Amino acid sequence: MSTLEIKGLVASVAGQQILNGIDLTVRSGEVHAIMGPNGAGKSTLSAVIMGKPGYTVHAGQVLLDGVDLLTLPAWQRAQAGMHLVMQYPSEVPGVGLTDMLAEAYAARGRSVEGLADSVADEAERIHFPVALLDRSLNVDLSGGEKKRNETLQLALLQPKFAILDELDSGLDIDALRDCSRRVEDATNESGPNGGLGVIAITHYNRLLEELHPDQVHILVKGRIVESGGPELADRLEIEGYEAFAGADAAAPAAPKKPSLDDLFAL
Amino acid sequence: MSALLTHAIDPAAAERAAAMSMPSPEQEVWRYSRIAELDLASYAPAAVRTTISGADSLPVADPSLVAEIVAGMTVHDVFDELNAAYQYTVAISVPAGKVLDEPIVITHHIALEDNGRALYPRLVIHGGQDSEFTVVERFESHPDVDALIAPRLVLHAAQAARVSYLGVNLLGDKVWQLGHQQATGERDSTTLLATVALGGDYARVRTDARLVGQGGSTKQIALYYADGHQMHDFRTLQDHIAPRTSSDLLFKGAVQDTAKSVYTGLIRIREAAKGSVAYQTNRNLTLSEGAWAESVPNLDIRTNEVKCSHASTVGPIDDEQRFYLESRGIPPEVAERLVVLGFFDDVLSLLPVGGLRADLRTRVAAKLQRRIVEVTA
Repeated sequence: MSTLEIKGLVASVAGQQILNGIDLTVRSGEVHAIMGPNGAGKSTLSAVIMGKPGYTVHAGQVLLDGVDLLTLPAWQRAQAGMHLVMQYPSEVPGVGLTDMLAEAYAARGRSVEGLADSVADEAERIHFPVALLDRSLNVDLSGGEKKRNETLQLALLQPKFAILDELDSGLDIDALRDCSRRVEDATNESGPNGGLGVIAITHYNRLLEELHPDQVHILVKGRIVESGGPELADRLEIEGYEAFAGADAAAPAAPKKPSLDDLFAL
Repeated sequence: MSALLTHAIDPAAAERAAAMSMPSPEQEVWRYSRIAELDLASYAPAAVRTTISGADSLPVADPSLVAEIVAGMTVHDVFDELNAAYQYTVAISVPAGKVLDEPIVITHHIALEDNGRALYPRLVIHGGQDSEFTVVERFESHPDVDALIAPRLVLHAAQAARVSYLGVNLLGDKVWQLGHQQATGERDSTTLLATVALGGDYARVRTDARLVGQGGSTKQIALYYADGHQMHDFRTLQDHIAPRTSSDLLFKGAVQDTAKSVYTGLIRIREAAKGSVAYQTNRNLTLSEGAWAESVPNLDIRTNEVKCSHASTVGPIDDEQRFYLESRGIPPEVAERLVVLGFFDDVLSLLPVGGLRADLRTRVAAKLQRRIVEVTA
């Protein structure tokens, strides 16, 4: 059983403070949905937790079983058990999925024996066409194929916690179902660490119909303004973010426009 | 086998060379080059240590055919004349209709005893009508030898011939290379001109690919990677003379430490070359702050009804790519190796000799490794 604790996280990008004190605790096997309007800081939160360059942390901790991930470079955060399913996975020309996974396994001291078979099995499980396995990472893949590819990597790398950054964007219904079911299965796996803990960042309810959250958090202006059970997502569906925006009057004024961060999904 | 050449094979060429001035970087064709550093007089002409394999099944090249091809060689500078004067010539002529499954491999080795010597190998390749074959020319040296090698290549592909050439520069980092290549493609011929440059101190290759017959095509590819104080310098010409000819060029290079590279390319579509298609792509990775790469693409289109495009980039490893790999738990030095090998992957896959790929990947990874050791030391 593992625990991910985000405590008082304050961060900025390009000189603009986006996260204004995030507190969130996720345990193995739990699914937490973070919902919020454009510019609320959703993508910034995922980038800061994973250690993407270009973001500055001013305060707070992200503790994975007591180890502060913020003190580690990105690759060590991943090895510690953190994983990010990217909204827009980068193309890496000339680097194949299996070659990349072989290096990722080797870096963790895991044997690469049987890796190709594992990749093929996972691909079949989430209906990722086997013919695409030989392509360079994310090159010439459709939106849905990229997300299946991301989900496949998540399944094979077996992290303790995963952030899904808008897994549902650019995804058709079938791909959404395949990917979210695979994630849901991972949360129910009973390995030595227990099931995968998930932070699912999303705009819409759609993902949550497939991937059942234990808790829903509303993120507005870089702060979680309300938390509750799955029924919160239903309320949001009816009332919209407007109803929650006023709940955090003490928060610094949000940028009038959506931040560049969200516009370009950095 | 290797000895100083006190007399030129072609004394007239030697005399012309003696009368010529040294090129200078003020001349456009030598712009960005390190030619001003060369003390040509400090190198004495000598015979080349060359071995050939894979050519046993071929008849001896017809001397009149070789003479005809050689007569078409252009002379631009003192090195062309010196090559004529002191040449060590290998002539490969593949008869019409003949298909060779295995490459012909020519290896020039510069030994430590060749210190202070100038070597002028010349390779004449003729592909008869509808022939198909590959020639690999390897340039190798002792790691410590200081020498000059000014090789020339003249390649002629007859009608419908399919000729592939790969030059591999694995020279030590004190050797200067000044290469000049000329290829001519007749009607419906297909020529592949490939270069791999990992070695040399200053290594320059000028390649002129002329399409003189309708429907002829050339593909030019290169992988180059300079480290330490090395400099790689390429100058390419895609010269469309006949109608409906096509050319494609993909040059990819990397520089690190204080190394430099220059790519200068010209697509020329002449008046008669209507309906031609030409592409030119040059991409460069700068892997260290102190490294420098320049890319100068040019177009000279003298007719309509053509399709041309060129693209060039110079820049460091993409941060997004690096972060993507690192976010999967891959350490930075491994992520960089994956990205750099991935960058070269399309060129490697186009090389005419597949068996070399694994070796070249290893050599590229070793170069990158050297940089990382220096950075962390």
